[in-house]
Amino acid sequence: MAPESKPLNPNENSLLNGQGLLLKMELRSDPALLCVVRGAVTPLTERLGFPDPECRAVVRAVDEALTNIMRHAYGGKVGQPIEASFRSIRVRHDGAPQAALEILLEDEGTRVDRAKLRGRPLEEVRPGGLGLHFIRQSMDTVEFRHRKGKNQLRLVKILRAGKPQTSLR
Amino acid sequence: MQISARHLDKITVFDISGDIDLSTSPDLRKALLRELRELRMPRVVVNLQAVHYVDSSGVASLVEGLKASRDVGSRFVLCGLNTKVKEVLRLSKLATIFEVCENEEQALAP
Repeated sequence: MAPESKPLNPNENSLLNGQGLLLKMELRSDPALLCVVRGAVTPLTERLGFPDPECRAVVRAVDEALTNIMRHAYGGKVGQPIEASFRSIRVRHDGAPQAALEILLEDEGTRVDRAKLRGRPLEEVRPGGLGLHFIRQSMDTVEFRHRKGKNQLRLVKILRAGKPQTSLR
Repeated sequence: MQISARHLDKITVFDISGDIDLSTSPDLRKALLRELRELRMPRVVVNLQAVHYVDSSGVASLVEGLKASRDVGSRFVLCGLNTKVKEVLRLSKLATIFEVCENEEQALAP
């Protein structure tokens, strides 16, 4: 059956009515698992009511962030622990409370050097350095911190009302 | 991701399908560089019509292919870009550096 489009009304979405944890994943650093995570995050964003381009943006940000953890925090070493949690939250945006998706990624790898988190000038035609740019382009909030021996990356995507949604059955 | 190569006279056409991410982009990079640096094919066409997802490492592999083509004087052409691939190239601000054709027929034209 073809997906149905209807106006988004966050008040009618049961996933957004109860604030709190929606999904938590514990995975090992292994590039082969990236497609598994994308396969879980895509329907979550769809069920939350994000329009298709924003679903892709959230999936892209999570995928790029996990890629950075695997490549840089763990230096390509497989089998290291990563936690990803997804929460429904409300944030103030444009002077009003808005429903949003908060994603927290944690790893126990090499401490992130904040000086290296600026990305690179995009006018340079060379491979690499695009991941952080993709994350920042895709999300409303991107925050790095180091707590209790863990790198934490907090991502927030605001669910803007009034846009068409794809409803899954 | 799956890669298959067709050799047409002095052109190599790569048909890519599935997801290009950290686990698969090294294979794409290796295939592109072999065709350009080792075999020195005058033209390499990459058909991305059946690609569902491409991440920054996939874009980086395409950029490496482009740079290799410039080094050896070959043409490097992307074709069959769907919405998802166009979106990522636009985000990377690298869309304009590639030679892009709407479809394979145009990419193979003299």
